[in-house]
Amino acid sequence: MTGSSTAERLPRLLALVPYLVSRPGVAVAEVAADFGVTEQQVRRDLELLWMCGLPGYGPGDLIDLSFSGDTVTVVYDAGMRKPLRLTGQEATSLQVALRALSETPGIVDTDAVRRALTKIENAAGRAHPAGMVVDLDERPDRVPAEVEETVERAVRQRAALRIRYYTASRDAITERTVDPLRLVLLEGRRYLEAWCRRAEGMRLFRMDRVDEAEPLEEHACPPAEARTTDLSGGPFRPSPEQPRVELELGPRARWVAEYYPVDELTELPNGRTRVVLRYSDRAWVVRLVLGLGGRGRIVSPEDLAGEVRSRAEEALELARHLPST
Amino acid sequence: MFAPSAPTRLGTVGIPRAERLVNLVLCLLSTRQYLTAERIRNIVPGYADTGSEEAFYRKFERDKAELRDLGIPLETGRNSVFDGVEGYRIARRDYELADIELASDEAAAVAVASRLWESPELGAAARGALRKLRAAGVRVDDGAPAPVEPRVRAAEPAFPSLLAAVRAERTVRFDYRKPGETASFVRTVDPWGVVAWHGRWYVVGHDRDRRAARCFRLSRILGSVNTVEPGDEAAFVRPPAGVELLELVTGAEPNAVEPTSVRLWLARGRAQGVRRHAEVLGDRELAGKPGQEVVLELEHPETAAGWLAGYGPDLVVLEPETLSKAVHEAHLATLAAFGGEHDGQ
Repeated sequence: MTGSSTAERLPRLLALVPYLVSRPGVAVAEVAADFGVTEQQVRRDLELLWMCGLPGYGPGDLIDLSFSGDTVTVVYDAGMRKPLRLTGQEATSLQVALRALSETPGIVDTDAVRRALTKIENAAGRAHPAGMVVDLDERPDRVPAEVEETVERAVRQRAALRIRYYTASRDAITERTVDPLRLVLLEGRRYLEAWCRRAEGMRLFRMDRVDEAEPLEEHACPPAEARTTDLSGGPFRPSPEQPRVELELGPRARWVAEYYPVDELTELPNGRTRVVLRYSDRAWVVRLVLGLGGRGRIVSPEDLAGEVRSRAEEALELARHLPST
Repeated sequence: MFAPSAPTRLGTVGIPRAERLVNLVLCLLSTRQYLTAERIRNIVPGYADTGSEEAFYRKFERDKAELRDLGIPLETGRNSVFDGVEGYRIARRDYELADIELASDEAAAVAVASRLWESPELGAAARGALRKLRAAGVRVDDGAPAPVEPRVRAAEPAFPSLLAAVRAERTVRFDYRKPGETASFVRTVDPWGVVAWHGRWYVVGHDRDRRAARCFRLSRILGSVNTVEPGDEAAFVRPPAGVELLELVTGAEPNAVEPTSVRLWLARGRAQGVRRHAEVLGDRELAGKPGQEVVLELEHPETAAGWLAGYGPDLVVLEPETLSKAVHEAHLATLAAFGGEHDGQ
């Protein structure tokens, strides 16, 4: 993040003076961390502010800062002692988020959330009709209580864990040792984000697919390169290196395009849709399409379509061996 | 450490735009009088060197727009009835954030809230709010982790235009397709709010054609959302007093029901996704293939047919017969769709 374009920089410049006024002698490094920019950028901002002031623009009219070591103090603020009030969008984004947290026990103290919300509503002044409600309730997935407790404790205590995990893409259950980083609540589901020693990479484990969890007498030691994932693209992260399958979905199979991230989506006549999906495991595609029961079909590749066909034939053949009831 | 010399500090050559804007804000905040554009041009550094009259006004208009975009309350008015042109000022009481102090647990809650959004617009707005709270003296430790970090995305293309329409109380029209339906229909809605529930976004409002409250899932909106000109429609229908937007969404969902027992045959070592929920009754061979008989409790067996059919010859439904039939029909339909041959039964 450079933080140097005017549109990005101006709100920061306007906030910097009151920020410094409220924290005499603050370290430049702390300023940088609070504003999410580099120390170098903070220094450039301070240099600019030092050129600004009130009409007259003489020595007594300009913003004055004093530096001592790596800390900074405002000597003269040119009348900018308070930040600009919140915009409608700023107030909404924070208030909707706080309201969501206040209705969800177990994340932060809901009483503290309500107190903070009242104070922010008062400070924001005008009532901002939000027009937006976020509910953080989880989907009714079955996560055994003892698994949930064990994982939560391991995250809190930064302890390594052994988990028994169901990987849906491979329809396989594996034992893994993981170094937990955090628990994330995303799209109504809980995920454990951890370094997986078996895969040697960061993984998001869906909590309702963790069948067993056992704490290890060992600190979590994720390698230095372990970083929390950018979740803006959702929990599934298809990559362009993965093979693609082109599907044609009937109206009753359209949920596939809503449930899985699709690369391309083309609307066809009669409510049909053509989509391209990325996959890591052939058997997963075969299971998905078999489960659609003819409401969707594979356009390409041809060999995958053949696999679906022969699996359906085998299933029908096998069912014939059932004693009739 | 920087230490610019005095002459550069007062220099006016090539004044950066950000500096000009900060000076403009300071100047307008410090005045009670309305200052005309002409006065501002003479006072605020960065305007004097602008060439023509026209170039100055262009620059000044752009600057005003930028300040207003930031939410700076730029007032216009005349100091007296004799003034020929309007001037500008910023009223301090409208500009300044009211005093706010947060206890440390309240600040911790704000920190978690400000990290909630995994959406560029809402995320930037929350960070902007946090920056202002910090500037008001509030100490917020952004690094303190919560036991579970909630994250909310708003990636649906329809989201921004619907939220804007909610705020402006504008009627919208969009193409919507219900799940399972072949055709889409144009819906005309007075939107009351957008609601996120179980990770999905819905818009709730008054459906003009059905004359009732309805909710629509954003991912089922096809194409763009257009606002309807207020002129050619009746007035915007506001939500009835006391209506809970969330309840309009959750109320549409079926309640939990008593689970049904389902008996299955599973091929040995296969269908792990089913096994992890099932209880093994015993070993059983089917057509010479080794496997087990298992029992599974399902709340909605009618919706499980697809999931079970996906396992193909690794799974056979023994009971109940309705489910067994549904899976069998799914396989027949697959063969029909894929052009395979089977004599059926």
